[in-house]
Amino acid sequence: MKTENETVLQFPSLSANEAFARQVASAFAAQMDPTLEELGDVKTAVSEAVTNAIVHAYPDRIGPVSLRLRRLPGNVLEITVKDRGQGIADVEKAREPMFTTGGAERSGMGITIMESFMNSFTLRSTPGRGTTVRMRKKLTGRGEAACKA
Amino acid sequence: MNYTSLLQEKCLTILLSGEIDHHSARQTMEAITAKIDVYLPRRCVLDFCGVSFMDSSGIAIVIHTLRAMEELEGEVCLANVPPQPMKVLRAGGIDKLVRFGAERSPA
Repeated sequence: MKTENETVLQFPSLSANEAFARQVASAFAAQMDPTLEELGDVKTAVSEAVTNAIVHAYPDRIGPVSLRLRRLPGNVLEITVKDRGQGIADVEKAREPMFTTGGAERSGMGITIMESFMNSFTLRSTPGRGTTVRMRKKLTGRGEAACKA
Repeated sequence: MNYTSLLQEKCLTILLSGEIDHHSARQTMEAITAKIDVYLPRRCVLDFCGVSFMDSSGIAIVIHTLRAMEELEGEVCLANVPPQPMKVLRAGGIDKLVRFGAERSPA
């Protein structure tokens, strides 16, 4: 699919970068004229994906996390979050609501929220090599939303 | 993420503000637990009026508060939840576990 615009960001897996990553995603998505609700969905999904990489990919060390944002035809935003961490041994188990291997501050609802807030969600993981999460969301745009109202 | 707390007639209100994410969640949970342990309230109101963003870490904070209040046989109530945090709470099914609104329950 032809890319109309894109940006790639790489940062260390520090929790302080969660807010930075979602702010970058929000700024990139702004060119697509999203509604406030759509912008909230994008920020939430990015926060969940980046937090999963920070908490689960590198439990004992700091490693690289990349965030790739692409604008695709049809006002579709694609978000890819990739790490080179320990990977997920049982992806199906990880996708179950309320399941988490994180601490008390994790609810186990991150993947459920990403799936419900975005139009598509794919997770690929290889133990020992890392995890890639790819999500897409069609942004209606405030202009289009106003026409429908 | 910041918070302020108020205690009135065994009702502890925690006013949350800023962005709630994994980075700030543990500190917030520890602060809420400390307040509950000190004041032993019958009700704990989590007031989201100043929350500008929340991810699923907010769900963990609510569940943590629920467990702490269950030990006291008390209740938890969520108040003034803006649309974005509300959507996250609903996706996590929290709206089925706690009451919304800060009004007093019948004696």
